[in-house]
Amino acid sequence: MPHAVKLELGRRYRFAASHRLHSEQLSEEANWRVYGKCNNPYGHGHNYVLEVRVSGKVDPATGMIANLADLDEFVEREILELFDHKSLHEEVAAFKDVVPTTENLCLEIYKRLKPFPNARLEGVRVEETANNSFEYFGEQQEAPEP
Amino acid sequence: MVLLTRKIEFSASHVYHNPALSLEENRRIFGKCNNPYGHGHNYTLEVTVAGEPDPVTGMVLDLKELKDILEREVMQRMDHRFLNKEVPELAGQIPTCENIARVIWELLDSKITQGKLHRVRLYETPDLFADCYRNGASASNGKGI
Repeated sequence: MPHAVKLELGRRYRFAASHRLHSEQLSEEANWRVYGKCNNPYGHGHNYVLEVRVSGKVDPATGMIANLADLDEFVEREILELFDHKSLHEEVAAFKDVVPTTENLCLEIYKRLKPFPNARLEGVRVEETANNSFEYFGEQQEAPEP
Repeated sequence: MVLLTRKIEFSASHVYHNPALSLEENRRIFGKCNNPYGHGHNYTLEVTVAGEPDPVTGMVLDLKELKDILEREVMQRMDHRFLNKEVPELAGQIPTCENIARVIWELLDSKITQGKLHRVRLYETPDLFADCYRNGASASNGKGI
């Protein structure tokens, strides 16, 4: 039964970055009301943890879905070099006009990692703090209507 | 449906080496993991069983029974072992996280008779894990997992 099970590989990465939650579409007062402390004009930072899950056939020669070195290199290039020790709203083009909430960060990370050539991206999970985390799996796995 | 998860830890050593490949190829593909003397990890295994709580006991399955199954099938087989040489189910395979998770799934699936095995997650380190699901199950949508 070669296809009796489905395997996924999960890997965690860390990056530190600052952001300011501020929407140009809202007034000063509304921004403060919606985002509270996170609207502080000087920004603030987090130690983000990114969890990436990929799936695919396990190569019998290597025992691997994807070589970790390849996945690490891809995530390093596509995510960590771009986000680590950066100000997300000031230095990352994707957040010039998009509020860098961790919801939006998840969407951007998913979009950037989806083209990983060696396995299928199943989903990303981002921990903003140990108490807050966000996940995105793409739109193809929406729960069916009840 | 309710999901129940039990976690255990075991320590084991392994080496990644494919005899069909040259020494240089092995070194290139597997890097440090190709060290012929092997190396070890503290593995963390999470086993998730899905089912309906029994109306009399309120349990999907008796945790003690799951604990006994894990002790017999996983701990006795893998804890403080050299996976390449001492675990026959892994013979001829590279003992990657993916392959060990699949072997553990195969060892457990038929033994769990109350509820149904839903997920095997094996952490090789806190930053690296493999998940094994029944194929076709809507496994990784994250809902309730």
